[in-house]
Amino acid sequence: MALAVPRPKLSWSERLYLPAIVSGMAITFNHFRNMLLGRTKVTVEYPEQKLDAQMPDYYRGAPALVRDEDGRVRCVACQLCEFICPPRAIKIEPGEIPSSDRFAKVEKFPREFDIDMIRCIFCGMCEEVCPEQAIFLRKDYAITGLTRAEMVHNKEKLLEIGGVMHGVVLKWNQKK
Amino acid sequence: MGPTTFFIFTSVLKIIAIVFLVILSMVSYAVYAERRVSALIQDRLGPNRVGPAGLFQPIADAAKFLLKEDLTPAHVNKFYYWLAPCLAMVPAITTIAVVPFGSTLFGVPMVIADINVGVLFVFAIASLGVYGIVLAGWASNSKYPFLGGVRSSSQMISYELSLGLAVIPIFLLTASLRLTEVVRYQIDHGWMIAPFAGDWLNPVKWLLAIPLWISFVVFAIAIFAETNRLPFDLPEAETELVGGYHTEYSSMKFALFFLGEYAAMITGSAIIVTLFLGGWHFPGIPDGSHGWIFGLINIAVFFAKVAVLLFVFIWVRFTLPRFRYDQLMRLGWIFFFEIALVNIFLMAGIISLSSP
Repeated sequence: MALAVPRPKLSWSERLYLPAIVSGMAITFNHFRNMLLGRTKVTVEYPEQKLDAQMPDYYRGAPALVRDEDGRVRCVACQLCEFICPPRAIKIEPGEIPSSDRFAKVEKFPREFDIDMIRCIFCGMCEEVCPEQAIFLRKDYAITGLTRAEMVHNKEKLLEIGGVMHGVVLKWNQKK
Repeated sequence: MGPTTFFIFTSVLKIIAIVFLVILSMVSYAVYAERRVSALIQDRLGPNRVGPAGLFQPIADAAKFLLKEDLTPAHVNKFYYWLAPCLAMVPAITTIAVVPFGSTLFGVPMVIADINVGVLFVFAIASLGVYGIVLAGWASNSKYPFLGGVRSSSQMISYELSLGLAVIPIFLLTASLRLTEVVRYQIDHGWMIAPFAGDWLNPVKWLLAIPLWISFVVFAIAIFAETNRLPFDLPEAETELVGGYHTEYSSMKFALFFLGEYAAMITGSAIIVTLFLGGWHFPGIPDGSHGWIFGLINIAVFFAKVAVLLFVFIWVRFTLPRFRYDQLMRLGWIFFFEIALVNIFLMAGIISLSSP
């Protein structure tokens, strides 16, 4: 089936191509000149400039365990996050809270809590599934180490990264 | 020391200084310049981490090429596979031997071989560059290099016609093929692209500018095609042919192809500067016989002009889209060939007008 392709009629200067080439070269030269004079500030020169201050609230960085305002470790070692973690980066060893403790009715605490940061995919499922608001994803993204052993964050490291979280539900405290 | 020994000694000195020290370092810095200038045109920064403003990047690149594994695939034709990169690099460097890169320095003429068929030598040796690419494409025994090699060889052969024919008007004026004579003519009568300099009132000189400008444009475009540079870079178009003729090459052999392309660019720029832009001459600066400082300034002026032309090569590469293969061949055989031919007759006509 013959289809007539509309070919535009070109003026003599368009048929010569050289004027169009010269005007194109003027455009690229202006790009070059603006970059040299520093008028185009598009590139973020990492690591001297970082965009850490403009991270959105929902940014998923490294996971961390938190304490609440009383200083209690929120995690009760229910192992839901270990179950749901897709690459199985979390390993929990649960332990029993001694009955002499103020919070003895909680009964479980994590004796060991390891997150292998090489396996972690920063999906945030552990934060979503936690019933105790104990694990949160922070905004840091540059996790590096020289050995594989260094990249496994244990309980102390996770608590250190997490710090204290205010505004969580204090469901294990005494009734008023 | 007798005159022959002196000549041999200075020639060896010039070869070592120009070919090994100047051209090879210019080639590596041309790679750096290309990355930087292309980045700035594309609104990004180029390599700026290694050394101040990234100036030691070529050293890092050289270390990379030396330390990479130099693999010879099992399915290639071993003799031609090893020969091809050398055949790509050697013509580009050999052609520099006839280009006058300065006037004189302490009485020694700044050209390695001032032969009386200068330009013919350039064209003859530049034609040998085709062999490198053809052999690379054939010996690689694989479809993408084969297509790249075939396309490149036909492109280079087609544009060699326009290359040769485009410069004949200059030799109608200068009556000599010797490149130092061409530079001498331009000093006396104004650069080829401005032949009226010094004789502003003569209308014939203004008329001469028309065929000389056509000659300049056709020759510059043909040099783009000869060095496989955009917009004629189908043989190495990454989006079409993976790597083209250098797909199967790694490490030092790839470095020879890569640097050979930039060396051909530098040689092409040097020829354009000598034939059209006045060589080492700058209006107002005398030649080296008035003092060694002027000899050095002339050499610096020549390389500055070559650097400007290299910038234009890079600038055009990042402005224009690539030609389709049939458009390319049509341009080479129909368009430029005829324009160059008609240009010769035009120039002959104007010259015969001027002489009584």
